[in-house]
Amino acid sequence: MLNLKIERQPAPVWLRTLIPVAAALATFVLTSVLLVLARADPLQAYYHFLISPLSSQVSALEVLVKSTPLMLTGAAAAFAFSTGYYNIGGEGQLYAGAVAGAWLGIVLKGVSPAIGIPLMILGGFIAGMLWALLPALLKVRLNVDEVVTTLLLNSVILFIVSFLLNGVWRDPVSQWPQSPEITMGTVFFKLVPRSRLHLGFIIALMVLAVMWFILNHSALGLRMRAVGQGKEAARFAGIDVNRTTLIAALVSGGIAGLAGVGEVAGIHFHLIDSISDGLGYSGVIVATLGGLNPVGVGLSALFIGLIQTGAQSVSRAMNVPVYLGQIVQATLLLVTLALLFLQNYRVSRRR
Amino acid sequence: MDAFLVGLIAATLRVATPLIYGTLGELFCERSGVLNLGIEGTLFLGAFTGFAAAYLSGSLWIGMLAAILAGALSGWLMSLLAVRLGVNQHVSGLGITLLWTGFSLFGFRLIFGEPKINPTVQAFQPLSPFGDTPMLGPIFNQHILTYAALAIVPLVWWIMYRTKFGLNFRAVGENPEAADAAGLNVYAIRTQALMIGGALMGIGGAFLSLAQLGSFTFGIVAGRGWVCIALIIFADWQAGRVLWGALLFGGVAALQLRLQTLGLKLPYELFLALPYLVTILALVVAGRNVSAPAYLLKAYRRE
Repeated sequence: MLNLKIERQPAPVWLRTLIPVAAALATFVLTSVLLVLARADPLQAYYHFLISPLSSQVSALEVLVKSTPLMLTGAAAAFAFSTGYYNIGGEGQLYAGAVAGAWLGIVLKGVSPAIGIPLMILGGFIAGMLWALLPALLKVRLNVDEVVTTLLLNSVILFIVSFLLNGVWRDPVSQWPQSPEITMGTVFFKLVPRSRLHLGFIIALMVLAVMWFILNHSALGLRMRAVGQGKEAARFAGIDVNRTTLIAALVSGGIAGLAGVGEVAGIHFHLIDSISDGLGYSGVIVATLGGLNPVGVGLSALFIGLIQTGAQSVSRAMNVPVYLGQIVQATLLLVTLALLFLQNYRVSRRR
Repeated sequence: MDAFLVGLIAATLRVATPLIYGTLGELFCERSGVLNLGIEGTLFLGAFTGFAAAYLSGSLWIGMLAAILAGALSGWLMSLLAVRLGVNQHVSGLGITLLWTGFSLFGFRLIFGEPKINPTVQAFQPLSPFGDTPMLGPIFNQHILTYAALAIVPLVWWIMYRTKFGLNFRAVGENPEAADAAGLNVYAIRTQALMIGGALMGIGGAFLSLAQLGSFTFGIVAGRGWVCIALIIFADWQAGRVLWGALLFGGVAALQLRLQTLGLKLPYELFLALPYLVTILALVVAGRNVSAPAYLLKAYRRE
């Protein structure tokens, strides 16, 4: 009989840096079972998954396009989570930003881009903040669990979007449930001609840079991290916990709102009800994989963007259902969570 | 008017059925100290495995069994992460929801391809114990799973409050240290709770595909899991009140459908959003949710 004991002991640094690699390998081994079921050669499939999206300029840019909203929803989740505020409402706040973008795109008819684009960015941020306001207030005033309220509001805004798209904004000619095209002056310009990469990508990078600065080099960031590590201790140190939580929650909502505006102004040019399709929830994954720090969030958003693009490439080339991408994302998350835990323990033989 | 009311009550029971299973399943998880946000995905998995197994085997009951097993498996996976390893419950739950949603969609495409017409099975037939009796007849013309749901509520209450089994669940949710000191295996009990909870969620999902629709569609669950999460709070973690919460939610949804078929020009989205808003209001009124199990969301580590 093996006589094992488990003790709490952090793994050495070289082992820690291997965690993302180990997680990726474990994920590929686990999901290759599904590839075999789909009668696809796993190695060939993973070539299409990870390498072929990067092998042409068109698809490499598409990876950046896919990771743009993920960077923002990931940053939104990471910003709130750092403060110990579990904002699961990124999905709803993204829709709020998208609704604001679609509305501004209608009312600002004839505006010049120099005015239209800043207004879109501002409008999306404010809309996301507003949609995050109620759960944040309920949390700090009445201690109502934010996970439940943010989740519920995700469903509520979908009804509002459906109401708008089937009512006032329904296309009078085609009867499609989509809002009118936004006016030229509010369209995010392309970063690379004839691609879909748009201004939103730069905005996402700037948000991550600002977030890095706030978290690491500002008094607010210090307060946020203190609250995240323990409310009681933070209160004892004289920090206004409620105020700090409220700021983190609202900024988080605003960042998610930017993701929504980007999808309207840079990709679709109108609002449709499937404009997000889970980007807000993926943001939670991105934030967790990125260890809640801005550099990590950026990298994991790129990786998830690669997986999403790769899933389409596998689907086209090998007739494997595109949903494999979602399974890979989820497996990667769960495996990483497990490994992050295990790194603090060591198994050894009992003497 | 009578016909309207009878139809409304009948529809309410139908809409409430999957919510009762899902919420009772979540009740087991939360009472033992684990918030299972994997519920949305587990309902979806139950709907898919139930349908696929029933379609391939030709038996609805085999489909049902498959859904129950799949649900229990989902609960076990959650316990592996949230109980054995003690990782963040929010994130692992959302991860499980994403995993099963992707898995079910993948599996459906693999088995059925991209059919022009959705494949169907002959759904469970309604049972009407009261025959053609006025009022009672048409109201109780429900699927067997609906009757079972109504019966399972007192059963869960009895388990929770009148058996040692239930006492253990509550003990590890309220105070795992004390439970451990008293000789209970906290990990094993939480794992059991999550597996039983998952199995109930599996039934709830299978009700949608095997009784209500007779087919599997990508929007089949449509946020019902999140409604269950809300109903738990609405019901103050009490099995009995889960029934009332589910009936209230079902009633509003059914009323919305009825009014629409009557041709009333109401923004039906408002009605659909109403139960969510009412739940938030209930949270506000409840204020500090004092009845929540004390160790909800807290992983237990034996030092």
